[in-house]
Amino acid sequence: MSTPQIYIEADDLAEIHKPWWSKLWGLCKRQPLGAAGAFVVIGMILMAIFANFLSPYDPTANSFEHMLEAPNAEFWFGTDQFGRDILTRLIYGARTALFVGFTCAFVGAFGGLVLGVASAFFGGKFDLIVQRIMDVFMAFPLIILALAVVATLGTGVQNVIIAITIPFIPQCARVVRSSALSIREIPYVDAARACGFSDARIILRHMVPNVMAPFLIMLTTFVGQAILLEASLSYLGLGVQEPTPAWGLMLQGGAEEYAESAPWVPIFPGIAISLAVFGFNLFGDALRDLLDPKLRNR
Amino acid sequence: MIPTLFGAALLVFLLLRAIPGDVCEVRLAGTGLYADPAEIELCREKLGLNKPLILGLDTQFTDFVGGYFTFDLGESMWTGKPITHEISLRFKLSMQMAIMATVVAVAMAIPLGIISAVKQDTWIDYAVRTFSIAGIAIPSFWLGIMIILGLLIFTQEWFGEPWMPPITYVSPFEDLGRNLSQLIWPAVATGYRYSAVATRMTRSAMLEVLREDYVRTARAKGLMEKVIINKHALKNALLPVVTIIAIEFAFLIGGLVVTEQVFNLNGLGKLFVESVGNQDFNLTQQLVMLVVLVFVFTNLAVDVFYAWLDPRIRYS
Amino acid sequence: MRRFSPKLITAVLAGSALAFGITATASAETPQRGGILNFVVGSKIPSYDLHKETTFGVIHPISPFYSLLIRVNPDNPQSATDFVCDLCEGAVPKPTNGGKTYTFKIPDGIKFHNGTPLTAQDIKATYDKIIFPPEGVPSARKAFFKMVESVDAPDNNTVVFNLSFPSGAFIPALATPFNVIYSKAIMDKEGPGWYAKNIMGSGPFVFVEHQPGSFMTGTRYPDYHHKGQPYLDGFKSIEAPKMAVRLNAIRGDRAAIEFRGFPPKARDDLVAALGDKITVQESDWNCVLLATPNHQRAPFDDARVRQALTLSVDRWGGSKYLSQIAIVKTVGGVVFPNHPLAATQDELHQLKGYSTDLEASRAEAEKLLADSGHAGLSFELNNRGVDQPYKVVGTWLIDQWGKAGMKVTQRVQPSPPFYATLRKKKDFDVSVDFNCQSVINPIADVTKFLGSAGNNYGSYEDIELEQIYDKLLKSGDEAEQRTLMREYEKRALSDQAHIGVTLWWYKINPHRSYVKGWKIAPSHYLNQQLDNVWLDKSLM
Repeated sequence: MSTPQIYIEADDLAEIHKPWWSKLWGLCKRQPLGAAGAFVVIGMILMAIFANFLSPYDPTANSFEHMLEAPNAEFWFGTDQFGRDILTRLIYGARTALFVGFTCAFVGAFGGLVLGVASAFFGGKFDLIVQRIMDVFMAFPLIILALAVVATLGTGVQNVIIAITIPFIPQCARVVRSSALSIREIPYVDAARACGFSDARIILRHMVPNVMAPFLIMLTTFVGQAILLEASLSYLGLGVQEPTPAWGLMLQGGAEEYAESAPWVPIFPGIAISLAVFGFNLFGDALRDLLDPKLRNR
Repeated sequence: MIPTLFGAALLVFLLLRAIPGDVCEVRLAGTGLYADPAEIELCREKLGLNKPLILGLDTQFTDFVGGYFTFDLGESMWTGKPITHEISLRFKLSMQMAIMATVVAVAMAIPLGIISAVKQDTWIDYAVRTFSIAGIAIPSFWLGIMIILGLLIFTQEWFGEPWMPPITYVSPFEDLGRNLSQLIWPAVATGYRYSAVATRMTRSAMLEVLREDYVRTARAKGLMEKVIINKHALKNALLPVVTIIAIEFAFLIGGLVVTEQVFNLNGLGKLFVESVGNQDFNLTQQLVMLVVLVFVFTNLAVDVFYAWLDPRIRYS
Repeated sequence: MRRFSPKLITAVLAGSALAFGITATASAETPQRGGILNFVVGSKIPSYDLHKETTFGVIHPISPFYSLLIRVNPDNPQSATDFVCDLCEGAVPKPTNGGKTYTFKIPDGIKFHNGTPLTAQDIKATYDKIIFPPEGVPSARKAFFKMVESVDAPDNNTVVFNLSFPSGAFIPALATPFNVIYSKAIMDKEGPGWYAKNIMGSGPFVFVEHQPGSFMTGTRYPDYHHKGQPYLDGFKSIEAPKMAVRLNAIRGDRAAIEFRGFPPKARDDLVAALGDKITVQESDWNCVLLATPNHQRAPFDDARVRQALTLSVDRWGGSKYLSQIAIVKTVGGVVFPNHPLAATQDELHQLKGYSTDLEASRAEAEKLLADSGHAGLSFELNNRGVDQPYKVVGTWLIDQWGKAGMKVTQRVQPSPPFYATLRKKKDFDVSVDFNCQSVINPIADVTKFLGSAGNNYGSYEDIELEQIYDKLLKSGDEAEQRTLMREYEKRALSDQAHIGVTLWWYKINPHRSYVKGWKIAPSHYLNQQLDNVWLDKSLM
């Protein structure tokens, strides 16, 4: 019996042994938009973590003598109607935005993951009931659900998070479920069961890794959506409240009244929100392109 | 379908009553001028708010659900007018907005998605994707405020008098010009936003389809690229796109809460916010049921559409 | 910053001239007939019954359809004492019988919009409904008329009000714009609830159409009892909940005027954009925000802590800055500023929290807190989710209290749960509260500070304060009233610091210059019948 010969070409060898930063650069070149998105995301995260060091002023102290100053050497992005530095509030606002964004995204996506996989795996009556409940929640427009939750529980960061997370769970569950369903039919699951593997093991070892791709994509989408929803809730007056620095809140106070006389008040938070959502979406897009097996062999 | 509707009814019923206070408090104590607790009790009695919630035969829940069987949707607790009247007034505007926004979204999404797919990974693709993601990223109310402000400022610069879209609605059959001059702006702002999702869907659907065997075969047969795209690929790529558009349409009916606030549209979104704020249980319940109904019907329609559009390709 | 641009000064001067009736620049302007007035309203219409409702969302679109017995003088609405007859004849009668009987004469020839005559019987029936509502009929202003024993209409031209004790608060109560006159015939036939869903009055305009959520229209009533009026052909009241929309509507000439008021920056924007096409009218407003501590919750049962709260607030500085970004301005006590019964500046300086020596006040606040064992006190402020001026004032208060070492967070809720917290559940530490009235009626208005008042939410009992008020209510001599009012104010705001008064509101109404005849009143409820408003076509 002859051993099979495996030929490795010189090019491939070089490819495998390239240093990691070279590979990363290659990745960036192939996915420039995603790279830009990742850049924004990482920038934001750093800004949020090091807010204390980066900010020149106190984000909540009123300082009326500097009310509504245009951007100048002292206040790079100008001041708002209470005399607070806008740059500082933007930096601290990143904290709130990311806190809300990540919490809602993770809890929502994770909840959806659990429900979706369980629903797909167990099937039958359980699947049917969960499906129905998910349908009911999905039928509500996002904002109405958030409105109702805030009206019930009150405003403030925690309640906003709850309000935003609730619509995310069925969205994620649905996507994860359809992905998981396609796995369930594959014979190896039956084989695994036949071997006596426990349900938990099958779920964790086989189903979950295979639904990772849509899960991650939903996760990144959710962060962007959560940031936007928080801004919308703030615009309606139902989100985070003063004097907490938050981008949506800065838009609510500033957008309408000072759009003309002091445009820097609404413009910068608007840019911040757009940039953040942009970044997360691009990042998520690139992630999908990378992880989606069907599009992988191009 | 029925379980979904019933579940939604139960959910909204309970959720609303979990909110502290009620419409009588809002009405009488709402501006802080003193209100007699006896007055408030009286108001409650009249509106049936003192009845038991669910358990029993004559409860608030039976009032709510029973109304469907008698075709009596009840009256708004805030204004006392029949709910059908309140809703039908706003429904026309919301429906028109939904249609216009969808038209704008489709008009943008399909060509852009196709171009993006065909020219994948070129700078055209990147430009289109950036443009469409901007639609999702920019907060809709911010965009709306900028639009109105822009209109005011530019018309003053160019024509001397600042112009703003009308703030009251007229039916398109009465005065089409005025109707469009009011609705075109929110339709574009909303449509741009919704086109983003549809664009990406079109793009990925087209990408998938373009790799299918039958397309390769069509290419091998020597068919023109244009014919391939328009005749064969598009038809099949459209399936998931139509699904997305249909689902988005359902959300457009009641979900344009923020846009309506910015453009002062008297639509269902505004009614929603008001009725939740007034704790007008009857009206909120009926509105939610309406939206859920639209959603359920749309899903049904999509399922039927799928079944009908059995993808069989006919080679030319 | 364009704070004092020439355009703004001109606009405000022109407006003030209008408001105070000086017609120097306007010279002999004769009202022109014709035109439709479009205006925007920021609040919705719950029902049509003004006896039942309390919101300006009802007053602005519906007042024009009705008449009052007496009203604030439409040509001099700033005055707190200038009342004129609307339906009655001649001047507002002086009381007889030791101040306990008021007799009004009603002329013949006044008709409702449906053609039936309006007589003293209708007025009696209306006031019976307001003051002595039958079982099951709500009346929001019953408490204002506690002094009325009965209402009689001995013939079709005479209405007599019999009081159980003389009261200076009666005439202003009568002029309250919500007390519109309904038809007895209709109430008898259809029941008093008819007016909640229907509009039929005797006012300058006849109801045409209401599109809920959108607009309400009225057209001129040709047989209006003030001959020659109204000048307008009609009006359209458009609903617009967002302030930016209302502002832009005036700018884009979709509406000519808005009757509640705009913040200062909004006015500046309009003036900068439109120059002399905009006239600005400004006035003090009979509304004030309060900070009410919950006396049932420690440590707010300790007067020292409450005093610390009021001492740490810089009202004079706040007035200077907040008046640039919010609809508040004047520093005042319990009485509407500039009213004869209000405190002078010197008298104000005597109260805790009103001193010009901020350092000393804040030091005293910190000392009081330390003495009572609550240095660095931390608590939550319950606030209402309305921008102007609630949230602005709330943010400012938190910062002020912070300067005396207190750590305060804010719980902002939309109006309904805010009121539930304030009125029913009373689960707040300190809450933003307010005292907003229509007709300036200080003796009635200051009841807010009494622990026994129905609209007092501090949950306290202060017998001495009640006694001072009792004397005030029964006093007939103005000088004595003033002295008693000062006593009342000192005890309520300073010694016991039951409630903290922040800043009195300031009404800013920029409107299109072609709207003439409307004069700003110190309340957004007053002077809204629009019968003396006209449009100057040369300016349109």
